[in-house]
Amino acid sequence: MAQTPTANDASPVLEVRDLQTHFFTRAGVVKAVDGVSFTVRRGKVLGLVGESGSGKTVTGFSILGLVDAPGRIAGGSILFHGQDLAKLSEEEMRQLRGNRIAMIFQDPMMTLNPVLRIDTQMIETVQAHAKVSREEARQRARDTLGMVGIPSPEERLKAYPHQFSGGMRQRVAIAIALLHRPELIVADEPTTALDVTIQAQILAEVQKLCAQTGTAMIWITHDLSVVAGLADDLAVMYAGRVVERGPVSETLDAPLHPYTAGLIGSVPSRNKRGEPLRQIPGMTPSLLNLPGGCAFRTRCPKAQEKCRQDPPFGELLPGREARCFFPYNVPAGEAAA
Amino acid sequence: MAVYLLRRLLQSALVMLAMSVIVFIGIYAIGNPVEILISPEADQMERERAIRALGLDLPLWMQYLSFLKNALQGDLGRSFVFNEPALQLILQRMPATLELAFGATFIALLVGLPLGLYAGLKPNSFGAKTVMAGSILGFSLPTFWVGLMMIMVFAVQLGWLPSTGRGQTVEVLGLRWSFLTWDGLQHLIMPAMNLALFKISLVIRLTRAGVRETMLMDYVKFARAKGLSPARVTYVHVFKNILIPVVTVVGLELGSTIAFSVVTESVFAWPGMGKLIIDSINVLDRPVIVAYLMMIVLMFITINLLVDLAYSALDPRVRLEGK
Repeated sequence: MAQTPTANDASPVLEVRDLQTHFFTRAGVVKAVDGVSFTVRRGKVLGLVGESGSGKTVTGFSILGLVDAPGRIAGGSILFHGQDLAKLSEEEMRQLRGNRIAMIFQDPMMTLNPVLRIDTQMIETVQAHAKVSREEARQRARDTLGMVGIPSPEERLKAYPHQFSGGMRQRVAIAIALLHRPELIVADEPTTALDVTIQAQILAEVQKLCAQTGTAMIWITHDLSVVAGLADDLAVMYAGRVVERGPVSETLDAPLHPYTAGLIGSVPSRNKRGEPLRQIPGMTPSLLNLPGGCAFRTRCPKAQEKCRQDPPFGELLPGREARCFFPYNVPAGEAAA
Repeated sequence: MAVYLLRRLLQSALVMLAMSVIVFIGIYAIGNPVEILISPEADQMERERAIRALGLDLPLWMQYLSFLKNALQGDLGRSFVFNEPALQLILQRMPATLELAFGATFIALLVGLPLGLYAGLKPNSFGAKTVMAGSILGFSLPTFWVGLMMIMVFAVQLGWLPSTGRGQTVEVLGLRWSFLTWDGLQHLIMPAMNLALFKISLVIRLTRAGVRETMLMDYVKFARAKGLSPARVTYVHVFKNILIPVVTVVGLELGSTIAFSVVTESVFAWPGMGKLIIDSINVLDRPVIVAYLMMIVLMFITINLLVDLAYSALDPRVRLEGK
């Protein structure tokens, strides 16, 4: 598939530029997010992929301004329709959260308050951002529940979270995120805790809703197979940095960065039966003790002496960027780094 | 729900029965009241007559059975000392103790919850550290000493508050209450504060621990991600979750305060049940001791039931079933 120019036509909803979110702990400064840049466009899904501890979730929380002490955004900008979220006050941020930017969390068993009814938790969200009567808010909640595929929403409104299954709870959480028809949804591994059939249903549902409403989405996951079917663009994170960025299909077909290649190689279905499963050697380095230069070089099959320097993040192929001196799949002489 | 309540009532009756046996045997083992009640100069005839009049000549099991028979008719025996029905003696003094215990618990919640909430929300602030350090004092200072210090400062030196007694009382529902008059309220403040001190510390620490734990939960972060105001997150999402452990402990504390506020009652000469039970133990006034302990058992059973009912109101995952 050729590079689709239409992907760049839609206006950017969110532009993250050189975001740095650091945690100032006693053991030292943990650079959980250290220079992350990406763009999300209207109606498009950006897959943010990486191993545990690569900074995906912290990136998501940074966008919503939900990073708790000792962490804080130490640099860079988060442009939401051109407005820098990193500079907004807490109250201005609150007005955006759940309204124009919503978030869905990983574990549906934990995201709903166990002692409050579903209607309470939905109505309060409506009323936090819109001056509407309780009855109107309730109606909106009921309609949204129906929209995400919850049967008999009127009765379910009166239920408590523990009366729902995991998949249903995640649908409720998605409904809450959709209440104000946000322009951007940050979804933090929302299907990881669900079983495969439910996962497929939710993915299809989300895709449909995004296409209908033109909502942009950041889908945080460690599962490349989810991203392959859902996302338009891909950003791969390693040790707090984006190491590769580009359209999904091309990136998965011909990854540039050795880490992306390693991730793709680790997907079990890509391995042949009888062969040992492939894996990336070594472990994610501690963020307190990163190797200098390219953080991946200690695990990289292509690492050379040069990798002790910081590789620049640059466009190696049209529309495709990576942070690597020795990328895969780039014809000799074309590497513009 | 009805089945559940019925089962609880049956269980309670069994507990009462078991307790009555234990109490009766225990009291019998402590000593013979005859030695204390009858004057040493009394001759053999008078002694025999007195023992028979008190029903102490019968074997223990017969004494117990007759106690049980009377108890079922609402008669817990007559005090050897006052020659009044034991129950009446206790009920006369109960309002004083009840208003003291409830007053103390009320103060504990009124002061403890906000301070605990504050200490939990801003754990690193100077104020929170001061509150936590203060709560250690509340735990460790002995009640009687604090009581005496309070009397010295507020009654003797400043002269703001009366130091002893209940003050003026009014009769409501046939019982005398002092918290309904200004004078009575003034008398109540110091002993109630004295009793509350330990409880305030307890509530502060419980609330703080609960807040610290709950703040880390995903649902709190999700509530913030929904764009709710910080006040709504704290007072609805966090607060409702921490009330469960607080209600449990405060319920039990309330029970033990009613039953065992002897020290405070003695320091402030508060005419409550604690004073009565100590005096009765001293003179081995068996019917009063037995009746008192039975009342306490009944009260604990009731409080526990109320706590369980409060659970089901606070936590929808708790279902009261007749199992």
